[in-house]
Amino acid sequence: MQRIGVFVCWCGSNIAGTVDVKAVAEALKNEPGVVFSTNYQYMCSQAGQDMIKAAIAGHKLGGIVVCSCSPRMHEATFRKTASQAGINPYMVEIANIREQCSWVHKDMATGTEKAIILGKAAVAKVNLNTPLTPGESPVTKRALVIGGGIAGIQTALDIADAGFPVDIVETKPTIGGKMAQLDKTFPTLDCAACILTPKMVEVAQHENIRIFSYSEVSEIKGFVGNFDVTIKRKARYVKEDICTGCGACVEKCPMKKIPNEFNLGMDNRSAVYIPFAQAVPKVATIDPNACNMLKNGRCGICAKVCTAGAIDYTQKDEYIEEKYGAIVAATGFNPISMDKFDEFAYSQSKDVITSLEFERLTNAAGPTAGKLLRPSDGKHPHTIVFVQCVGSRCSACTEKGKEYCSKICCMYTAKHAMLTRDKYPDTEVYVFYIDVRTPGKNFDEFYRRAVEEYGVNYIKGMVGKVTPEGSKLKVQASDLIANKQLHIDADLVVLAAAIEPDKSARPLATMLTASMDTNDFFTEAHPKLRPVESPTAGVFLSGTCQGPKDIPETVSQAGAAASKVIGLLAKDKLTGNPCIAKSDEWMCNGCSSCGKVCAYGAITYEEKEFRLPDRTTKIRRVASVNPAVCQGCGACTVTCPSGAMDLNGFTTTQIMAEVDAICK
Amino acid sequence: MNNKNLREEVLRISGVNPKKCMRCGKCSATCPAYDEMEYHPHQFVYMVESGDISSLLDSESLYRCLSCFACIDRCPRNVEPAKLVEAIRLSKIRKQGANHMTANDVPALLDEDMPQQAIVSAFRKYSK
Repeated sequence: MQRIGVFVCWCGSNIAGTVDVKAVAEALKNEPGVVFSTNYQYMCSQAGQDMIKAAIAGHKLGGIVVCSCSPRMHEATFRKTASQAGINPYMVEIANIREQCSWVHKDMATGTEKAIILGKAAVAKVNLNTPLTPGESPVTKRALVIGGGIAGIQTALDIADAGFPVDIVETKPTIGGKMAQLDKTFPTLDCAACILTPKMVEVAQHENIRIFSYSEVSEIKGFVGNFDVTIKRKARYVKEDICTGCGACVEKCPMKKIPNEFNLGMDNRSAVYIPFAQAVPKVATIDPNACNMLKNGRCGICAKVCTAGAIDYTQKDEYIEEKYGAIVAATGFNPISMDKFDEFAYSQSKDVITSLEFERLTNAAGPTAGKLLRPSDGKHPHTIVFVQCVGSRCSACTEKGKEYCSKICCMYTAKHAMLTRDKYPDTEVYVFYIDVRTPGKNFDEFYRRAVEEYGVNYIKGMVGKVTPEGSKLKVQASDLIANKQLHIDADLVVLAAAIEPDKSARPLATMLTASMDTNDFFTEAHPKLRPVESPTAGVFLSGTCQGPKDIPETVSQAGAAASKVIGLLAKDKLTGNPCIAKSDEWMCNGCSSCGKVCAYGAITYEEKEFRLPDRTTKIRRVASVNPAVCQGCGACTVTCPSGAMDLNGFTTTQIMAEVDAICK
Repeated sequence: MNNKNLREEVLRISGVNPKKCMRCGKCSATCPAYDEMEYHPHQFVYMVESGDISSLLDSESLYRCLSCFACIDRCPRNVEPAKLVEAIRLSKIRKQGANHMTANDVPALLDEDMPQQAIVSAFRKYSK
């Protein structure tokens, strides 16, 4: 039997308002093992903690029960207090009488009764608690950043600047991401390429950064500090270290009619290509689905013109394995497909485009060299209609739209409208909006400038349908303030498509055992207080894979994720969680059930020799748990048919004692 | 029937929750009968929500709606304005004690070209 102290917290009026704390402390005094019981206004305060320490010393306590808030809140606090007073931190139990009691009950009598029961359960458990010591594991001082957009670039640069090696894995042939496709950035109208490409070059030249472009993560094993990652380097049929990026192959390639992804299919590229002039690495890539040589062995022109001899048609996908201490997800976003929005005639007319396509149409490096021309006939559009919230804030059909606000569309549409009016004052520009959302530094001023100085027509209402008629687009819309239906003959319609997480995020989350929300955005460990960490230890979040955000927000989050990674990699050893599974080899029959349910690969099986009571020996197959890999989820303990598996700190006998105390 | 009861009835018949509306106006933007209507689809939603149903009951707009359901199809919040129009129309024409004909009136009105379905529906609408 332990010598147990009970400390009942009022939490101001949070608990004391619906629970008679004095009665709880009094009732628990009579529980087996309890030698001291008290109550205090704020147990987590310095005075409260000092009270606990004094009681541990004065009453020679071996374990304590704190009846207070959720263990998620202050378990760590009280464990620290206990350990400062000289007892093992795992001899502390929290009875949650706030979230699970006072906050959910209105009546003092029932609240008090329940608090006493919860306290009794905790006392029963402490009686069976044993001191636990956490193990230690080493930290691989290298970080992996998955995704090479502005989020990944910034995170990698910040980690690398702190002196730790970083690898960036990017699925496209170049880093740069969506920002490389943008023309100008709001609200300052900086040229996106002018501020991004120097960063891309910095990444390429940084001694601590390696770029694995045209590569994918194919397998992740291990745990915080010790991830084993397999990276698939897709065959680009060009030797990356030899290619100089001169572009001779691109020029001579006869297959020139391949839709150019970088310009969203609005112009063509060749089968061997460099996505854009400032690509990093500036290396050619051969598209195996378009190259004649790779498809049927007839061509080979690029190999002939390559003076460096970099073309290699025999290249195969290559898998490399690397160890990392921390992983940052920076997988980014894509605009949603417009296929299901028939009312806007996106698939019927080339002159109905998305905002990202508009971005390419106004970009000096885009398909029209920056001149705003209609994709259908190359003429200058005189009337442009912008439609906001296409697929955003849409709860009607999950296949069509997204329930969330995409956050960036109001601002980039204001930018598009303003720039159009600035460059082409003869153009009439209409923006249909539901709400204009401009929280951000200088954001609302920017939007107002578009209206007041540049004469953009903002109309509160939505476009109902777009009908191509001749060379015009008939736009039918509502003006809610004038209470009128409008009919506009437009030359160009621009849809502010909702954004969604990249498709690679879901399989990556599965590999990382990181959690996601229903929209496939990565979930934070805490939405307010731990916004750049995944609940999975060692996994960090950067940029739009966590939720819609603009460039400045992405860069700040990228820096925050980097600082968390640096904090982790700066440690030489990580203290583990001692509440992990252990197998009783005498009871284990080696059935493999536990290995099958273990999500972390922590369980292995070995043939072991056992001495039996009759002095004979027998070789049996038994399970063993890798303490560094086990996360203490308990799946194996409930699966084990023979009851051999148990969880330290949450043993079956401890839990049954709690249940008994509750049912007594 | 007072306004509150009327509102409850319309909500019950239609099954629509006008609180879901985010006032984007796509229903009115998409409505082919817009110019024929005194009150437009988005106004139906707003007026039902704020309880101003008597104006709608007396409006010709009830009969201008084509029931094409374009507003239902395109509403991003699944508010279904056409169901509200239909519910108000029903509250009006099915009002108890306001029968326009009795069973005895029917034989005299029958003519060979009238489809049977029309006779049945006439009963359905007025007999409650």
